[in-house]
Amino acid sequence: MTSMWPQLEPLLPHVQKPARYIGCEDGAQTPEHGPGIVSWLLTYPDTYEIGLPNQGLQILYEIINERPDGAAERSYSPWVDMEEVLRRERMPLFSVDTHRRADDFDIIAFNLSAELTYTNLVNCIDLAGVPIRSADRADGDALIGVGGHCTYNPEPVSDFVDFVVLGDGEEAVGDITEIVREWKVAGKNSGTREGLLRELAKLPGVYVPSMYDVEYDGAFLAGVNPRFGDVPAVIEKRTIADLGDWPYPKNQLVPMTEVVHDRLSVEVFRGCTRGCRFCQAGMITRPVRERPAEQVSKMISEGLARTGYDEVALTSLSTADFSGIEKVVGDTVANSGANQVSVALPSLRVDAFTVGIAAELQRARRTGLTFAPEAGTWRMRQVINKLISEEDLYAAVESAYSQGWRRMKLYFLTGLPTETDEDTLGIAELARNCVKLGKTYKSSASVTVSVGGFVPKPFTPFQWFGQNTVDELQRKIGLLREDTRRSTGVQLKWHDPKATLAEGIMSRGDRRLGPVIEYVWRNGGTFQEWSEFFNYDLWLEAMAVNDCDVDWYAYRHRTEDEVLPWDHLSAGLHKDFLWQDWRDALDELGLEDCRWTPCYDCGACTGYGIEHRVASATPPAGGSQGTGVDLSAGGAVPVVLQPRARASAS
Amino acid sequence: MMNNNVRMRVAFEKYGKIRFTSHRDVARIWERTLRRASVPVAYSEGFSPRPKLSFGLALSTGHESDAEYLDIDLDPERVDGLDTDKLVDELSGHLPVGMAVTAVNVIDRQTPSLQQAVTSCTWQIDVADIDVETVERAVARALSAETMVVTRERKGKQVTDDLRPLVLNLSVEGPIEADDTGTVAGVRLKAELGTQPRAVRVSELLSALDPPLTERRVVRLHQWITNDDDQQRSDPLSAAASPAPVGAS
Repeated sequence: MTSMWPQLEPLLPHVQKPARYIGCEDGAQTPEHGPGIVSWLLTYPDTYEIGLPNQGLQILYEIINERPDGAAERSYSPWVDMEEVLRRERMPLFSVDTHRRADDFDIIAFNLSAELTYTNLVNCIDLAGVPIRSADRADGDALIGVGGHCTYNPEPVSDFVDFVVLGDGEEAVGDITEIVREWKVAGKNSGTREGLLRELAKLPGVYVPSMYDVEYDGAFLAGVNPRFGDVPAVIEKRTIADLGDWPYPKNQLVPMTEVVHDRLSVEVFRGCTRGCRFCQAGMITRPVRERPAEQVSKMISEGLARTGYDEVALTSLSTADFSGIEKVVGDTVANSGANQVSVALPSLRVDAFTVGIAAELQRARRTGLTFAPEAGTWRMRQVINKLISEEDLYAAVESAYSQGWRRMKLYFLTGLPTETDEDTLGIAELARNCVKLGKTYKSSASVTVSVGGFVPKPFTPFQWFGQNTVDELQRKIGLLREDTRRSTGVQLKWHDPKATLAEGIMSRGDRRLGPVIEYVWRNGGTFQEWSEFFNYDLWLEAMAVNDCDVDWYAYRHRTEDEVLPWDHLSAGLHKDFLWQDWRDALDELGLEDCRWTPCYDCGACTGYGIEHRVASATPPAGGSQGTGVDLSAGGAVPVVLQPRARASAS
Repeated sequence: MMNNNVRMRVAFEKYGKIRFTSHRDVARIWERTLRRASVPVAYSEGFSPRPKLSFGLALSTGHESDAEYLDIDLDPERVDGLDTDKLVDELSGHLPVGMAVTAVNVIDRQTPSLQQAVTSCTWQIDVADIDVETVERAVARALSAETMVVTRERKGKQVTDDLRPLVLNLSVEGPIEADDTGTVAGVRLKAELGTQPRAVRVSELLSALDPPLTERRVVRLHQWITNDDDQQRSDPLSAAASPAPVGAS
């Protein structure tokens, strides 16, 4: 009940970076707990530095704490030295806000953003003093919930969680709080936990794995079916209709110690219709919902004044697509006054317009610029539907060098469907051409090429594709290393293909992988996102011990009629739309951005009765970018401006 | 017109949970605090303009302090109307819980930096799980010794130092009782440790004692500047001469 701080405080001098555990952030809350109040411990299953900036967690933190019947605190994976101390001293995981014991909370809810954090999820549940398997929990034990992008296929972690939230959490946390409150007020009596879970399972967007039976047909899935008539057969994701109704976080947390992205963040829109076929985020967050530009400008100016930050990031996918971008950038630069405010755009499309925006923003620090062409040849980019023409790309690069940038970072994927060695080597060719362009402006011009192995994700057109083997990815990286060895100015970096495999197994896995995760965890495999801790042999061993075949889970192409482990979940996308898009990919057919072209009926808008909510009928200037039209003309393409049927959206 | 030569010296304290932040963390906290309070800080020139702040001796992560100092160069263009008296409360209001400003003085820009000027610090050191007699014996042994040799690693090499000349004062204050402010039962020492040519760390002193002691709670009580001429010591705020008040025109 009380704070663990007096017991923790003498231990902190003995761990690295103790400020990870003190809380004390600007914006941190010390909510009241009580019998009629549902307490949430919002937990990020990686270090404080990585988890603190997570916007999803911060949004829910504020929304829950605004409720009279809700209390939210935060926790993060303790680093290995702190874990050792906690286990030695027999102390549980705790919140950083009031240093309350994790097992004092009604709900421990995790953000799952990366598959390799699954063992940290299990570790945190165990450190909280809660049985790791949902089936072993008693009525008084905390409920374990998960949300975030990985939950579009939660099957591998379904043994460990009580409930899963699909999609936007803003409204769902309120619904869950109300149901759990009733149960808490009634005394969490013996034998009532299953009834509570069944009530939760009826909520839109809430999936309770224990309410479903899995049937197999040999090695294949036959179906995931509800055990009761009142539990839905298909769980639809939650979607908030209007981002303007949710100006969160209102008080972004400002940490006292260094974290990644130590700056103000303002989400300018959610969703993306570029239609890049490898990109799960773009598919599952549709439709596009922009925040009104005035609200963005207000959130920036108030946020900077409150926090004292000198940098703000505008967050979204492909941020230059935000129709209010010029207004917001103009306002921010004009209002920054004597303080040297810089604006970061972490996700940029590749064209000269973007470079122009970047030039305005980075007047002072023009050191590096990052683009993600993703593939090295036009053919390959048509397959993945990242429709950046050579002209766009080189125009952007030339524009950047001519405006004073000296270094460029280019992101690519390898192991994409239909990829040939010519496509792979196209990455090196493209990089060399960029350096050549740069050298006409600056002799020291250089390009860093970062190559990641492609992992097919659920609810994308590539969900049927068998990913490249570790050997094949290593061979391709070898080709690139050989080819760039004598290319001056080109620096090559790559991700470990072995980690790509572990991610790939989990990405499209089913419930039979629960024991694999547990095995890796029991054998010390935490912090698998961290290269110094990633243990490839342990993953292979865990697969072998549990009779799970690596080839079958990761490398195998799926057929159209195969039941996929996430078929009972829905991101709004029609499966036949995804299948058609997969066939189009194999035919090297690109698909234009539907914001400014007719609807392809992917299902994301029509299913929820909402439309892309875009503030401007004018497509962004510059770059063909898959719209297939000369955008410099502007305004030629009609677009629907308002939500179609707001009433049915809720 | 305003004096172009404007520098402020700020004295502040650091207590409680926030003591687990590092010296670098404190620098970032100050940068944000000064922007929030709209203090017209001068920025460096060049591609990456940085606020011109100069911190004194680093306080070890986990130690508390009554006596931290920071020098801030102000932008002469924007300094009119700045009231240093109001700044004490204003800045404290923007600092995190546990940090508070105790005084602000305008100082001359020619004032030597804190790093150069400070000659010693007084520390309150609580050690736990030990009796007073043992601590008293350890202190007496140290004070009667001619030398106190420690070996440390510097740039990958083993370096040997004699700490004894830098231990200017060391005494046992007596036993302490646990209370609800975070004080634990143990023995309290007071030490004045020299900082030139290098600052002796409390942990170095404790591990050089016989038997070695383990710190439980450490508070920096004072930083001192000793005047070369008369050997009088004073704190960094009163040691720095104060020109015309900021904001006077």
